[in-house]
Amino acid sequence: MTKVADEELRVEVTKRSPTAPSSLRRTKNVAPLKWAVRLTAVAVFFVAWQIYASGISPLLLVPPSAILAAAGHMIADGQLGTDTLLSLEAMVTGFGLALLISVPLGLVWARYRVVDWVIQPFVMAIFSTPLIALVPLYVLWFGFGFMAKVAIIGSFSFFPLLLNTYQGAISVDPMYRDVAKAFRATDRQTWRHVVLPSCIPYIAAGINISLGHALTGMIIAEFYTNASGLGGLVLNNADTFQTARMFVPIFVVMALGVLLMSSTRWLKRKIAPWAER
Amino acid sequence: MDGDVSTEAGAAKPSRRGGVPAISCEGVTKRFGSELILDGVSLDLTKGSFTSLVGPSGCGKTTLLRIIAGLEQADSGDLITGDAKSSSPGVRPSLAVVFQQGSLFPWKSVRRNVAFGLELAGVDRGTIAERVDRTLEMVHLTGTAKKFPYQLSGGMQQRVGIARALALDPDILLMDEPFASVDAQTREELHDELLEIWERTRKSVLFVTHSIDEAIVLSDEVVVMGARPGRILRRFDIDLPRPRTEESARILPAFADLHHDIRQLLVSSTVDAFNA
Repeated sequence: MTKVADEELRVEVTKRSPTAPSSLRRTKNVAPLKWAVRLTAVAVFFVAWQIYASGISPLLLVPPSAILAAAGHMIADGQLGTDTLLSLEAMVTGFGLALLISVPLGLVWARYRVVDWVIQPFVMAIFSTPLIALVPLYVLWFGFGFMAKVAIIGSFSFFPLLLNTYQGAISVDPMYRDVAKAFRATDRQTWRHVVLPSCIPYIAAGINISLGHALTGMIIAEFYTNASGLGGLVLNNADTFQTARMFVPIFVVMALGVLLMSSTRWLKRKIAPWAER
Repeated sequence: MDGDVSTEAGAAKPSRRGGVPAISCEGVTKRFGSELILDGVSLDLTKGSFTSLVGPSGCGKTTLLRIIAGLEQADSGDLITGDAKSSSPGVRPSLAVVFQQGSLFPWKSVRRNVAFGLELAGVDRGTIAERVDRTLEMVHLTGTAKKFPYQLSGGMQQRVGIARALALDPDILLMDEPFASVDAQTREELHDELLEIWERTRKSVLFVTHSIDEAIVLSDEVVVMGARPGRILRRFDIDLPRPRTEESARILPAFADLHHDIRQLLVSSTVDAFNA
């Protein structure tokens, strides 16, 4: 323990000293080490799972090797691909609609006092309601198909986006507003040059949160509607006790989540590099 | 002309330096709630001269600058722009503000930050490009045009802030403690640079600071303000020879005398306020 702490301290100190190139090399080596440790931990996890699951009923838990085999079958017969596309289609449509409506609405909300007065109680009420309670209503309205899924996914992703956009637009640094005023910006110019760019990091954060909610909405929608897509795969395979096949879509959703969130983080770094500190 | 210094109390002699006022405040009063921030402040900013406002925090010096800049409304009093004909509003604003550090738009490149006022005024692209280049050259930042503020040091950021104001070629430059948060060495460099720019452009400058040294080094006139309520205590003519540098001003005996007098005044006014 002490040895590690010592080592880190030494690296920290010498990093600042230009006369110690040998320790600089050591600082660079931390990243590969970190990844080595990480990957080892993941490997240990799966090995332990493999060993543990081999001793119990395959109904309850299957070893990773069985999941891998099931994945191979499901890819080969095209089912995984079809259902993933089906899920993504609903997800992209629902999330896209939410994005298109919530961001402008958040801006209008921040811009006009009257809108704020009107919208506050509604947002508070709906935001405090577990949205899953509305799912049967959507089914009543839109049936069991694509439209119902879009509505569910859309409403799951709507509020984080709306609230973040609003928050961004009302928390513009007052100094920037002063600059705009001192340079005689019109109201419209202030919005274009100051308020909108200030919102970008907030909207990016909203997108990140909303994507998580959209994935949840996607699975819920597929459970409660016609049991298609990845959620349908989970449900149908669980119902028929095909535990290995049930795990495959779960891992796909997991991978989707990680992929989507890291790509929005990357996108945010690209378009709003100033907000990275 | 060799360091002939007058530290006479400035009884309200209009246009002391024989110039026309670029802007005049008369009886400006401002309250925040029940607190009297400015109590009937009258101030002439002489055209083409560098005036500093010095005073303890809470004396209303920044509030006065903000009122002149149009960022704050006075409760009573008048603002008279001296030379009305030189300022055709919109196209060529007669006023520009240099803010404290952190006022650059982080989402705009240096070039776009400097171009900000010109873009708002609807100046055509070609003129903007040419003006921005010229201004960046003036603050020795040619080559950083494509960088973003977060990639610059504090001192460089403040030079961009100065360039943003200068790009408008205003008659009056209002500077609100622009160097308060840069380190001492950078501040001295910025002083020299600002002195050089001022020699070249002869803008009417109102410079708010809490540093007596900074005020003396830069100014033709130092206006000392007292707090609670904010009011003008005295005005000092700074007749140190120009062109100046930080170094050339500081080594003069007159510098030390001025510093002493202003400091004495500030200390005694603070003690008075405390005893009152």
